[in-house]
Amino acid sequence: MARTVTAQRKAINTGVAWVIGLLIFFPILWTLLTSFKTEAQAIADPPVWFFFDWTLENYRVVQERSNYTRFLWNSIYIAGGSTILGMLVAIPAAWSMAFVPSNQTRNILLWMLSTKMLPAVGVLYPIYLIFIQLGLLDSRFGLTIVIMLINLPIMVWMLYTYFKEIPTEILEAARMDGAGLREEILFVLTPMAIPGIASTILLNVILAWNEAFWTLNLTAARAAPLTAFIASYSSPEGLFYAKLSAASTMAIAPILILGWFSQKQLVRGLTFGAVK
Amino acid sequence: MGQIVLDQVTKSFGDMTVIPPLDLTIEDGEFTVFVGPSGCGKSTLLRLIAGLEDVTSGSILIDGKESADIPPAKRGLAMVFQSYALYPHMTVRKNIAFPLRMANMSREEQDRRVQKAAEVLNLTDYLDRRPGQLSGGQRQRVAIGRAIVREPAAFLFDEPLSNLDAALRVGMRLEISELHNRLETTMIYVTHDQVEAMTMADRIVVLRAGHIEQVGTPLELYRNPRNLFVAGFIGSPKMNLLEGAMARKHNAHTIGIRPEHITVSTEEGEWSGVVGVSEHLGSDTFFHVHDTGLADSVTVRADGELDIRHGDRIYMTPRHERMHKFDEKGHRIA
Repeated sequence: MARTVTAQRKAINTGVAWVIGLLIFFPILWTLLTSFKTEAQAIADPPVWFFFDWTLENYRVVQERSNYTRFLWNSIYIAGGSTILGMLVAIPAAWSMAFVPSNQTRNILLWMLSTKMLPAVGVLYPIYLIFIQLGLLDSRFGLTIVIMLINLPIMVWMLYTYFKEIPTEILEAARMDGAGLREEILFVLTPMAIPGIASTILLNVILAWNEAFWTLNLTAARAAPLTAFIASYSSPEGLFYAKLSAASTMAIAPILILGWFSQKQLVRGLTFGAVK
Repeated sequence: MGQIVLDQVTKSFGDMTVIPPLDLTIEDGEFTVFVGPSGCGKSTLLRLIAGLEDVTSGSILIDGKESADIPPAKRGLAMVFQSYALYPHMTVRKNIAFPLRMANMSREEQDRRVQKAAEVLNLTDYLDRRPGQLSGGQRQRVAIGRAIVREPAAFLFDEPLSNLDAALRVGMRLEISELHNRLETTMIYVTHDQVEAMTMADRIVVLRAGHIEQVGTPLELYRNPRNLFVAGFIGSPKMNLLEGAMARKHNAHTIGIRPEHITVSTEEGEWSGVVGVSEHLGSDTFFHVHDTGLADSVTVRADGELDIRHGDRIYMTPRHERMHKFDEKGHRIA
């Protein structure tokens, strides 16, 4: 028997879902609202909601005080670069693990995942020293490499799960049809894996964009991305919530918009394999 | 041209030998069926010929050319898979044209050949659809279309009909047989279904545990099974195999008699027994007879409209000239 859902039950569920949704969205909304307030209104008690003097003053000040475009460009460079580099390594790696596995494949995959369980700060010291030795401190290139490496396990895992879903017989059919390894990857495997590759790219861009630990520790002025830009408005500036909010809004806006337009792809990517 | 010769071919996965040394020659233009129970190595053998698995030792000659080290793409063989293995992101047209595209054939020639294949297989109206929009039978036709366009030296079929429903299977069986008559290309067909083997093959290769038990035309296998395994595997319903006193009377360890070679009567006969389950097929009826003193159950074929019920006593007379005799090891006694 199919489960029946009464109208009342449905209404309650919808209500609860909206409440949870709003709770999750609230911090972003509050940041957004605060960014349009004056500093006094931002810390007003009781808090003001929508009826205040909307102002763009904070954005003007933030723009004046720091070079947003430079941070933005660094973020794009690091997120994009680490994703491209990562895919170059992850696609062949996942391909070989999925289609020509050895009896160590499983162990390698688990070992890679285990590195994600290590607290990042545990390797900060050695990496910092290496960066000094190689002269990579405060360089976009160095940061790109580190972020690529920390996200690589996730990329390989995600792609591996996708590739696993592609029936081997289809690849064998391509081989029988006269396709060499190159043609097989180019004309058969890649088109079939594109949804998976796209979600992996998307997720990785988001992860790299939001990464704060390494970006804060390994950059100073030149290579600092938007996460550092936000951070620069928090502690040393004291209680300038409105300006901090404006900076945050500017930092998260690009990725928020990207995520909004690609949410369908993203959800599919994260739940892939769970539902067929 | 497509003669395929297997010479002392073996295949092992780790310590496990799937195919012990095996020799087999498949003549050009022949429709050969590999048949056997699951796990007998028939699919592995096909994949060795295809090049999808590497031989552990031995050689495979395709048209006299040593091919064991040639990659599948270069062997000039086409394969139809059980799961159809169509490219889901390509239209039917592109699926069928794929091997031609891989062979760098001109666009006009590709179009011409795809069109021709589509006509042969009744796919003309579906050329711009994706595999996902087709039924099982249509998908299998696309898979066959993809195999025929490039005019391969031989076709390899790996249980191509087992995903289809019964009615469609009979239809496709005929279509593949007709295709073979028309193309006269070597075909190797793997199945576990002895009916497919009997109806389609020029020659059947019966396999068990990687060994060839017997090679022959369907009727040779039916008339002269070389051992108990082939006797029991070929023919539907199965041959009755009787041991004990009755076998000794015929100077054999086991005697075999097919259900269709036993005459049924309600009045008199050499053997008698009580009818258990009867399977009415319309034209024929199969009775499973108990309490015969010969075996637990003896299967006999009778006219479909014979009025015999569960629990009735019937009499059976075997046709002695159609009786098969086997020794203790299960080998046929001449």
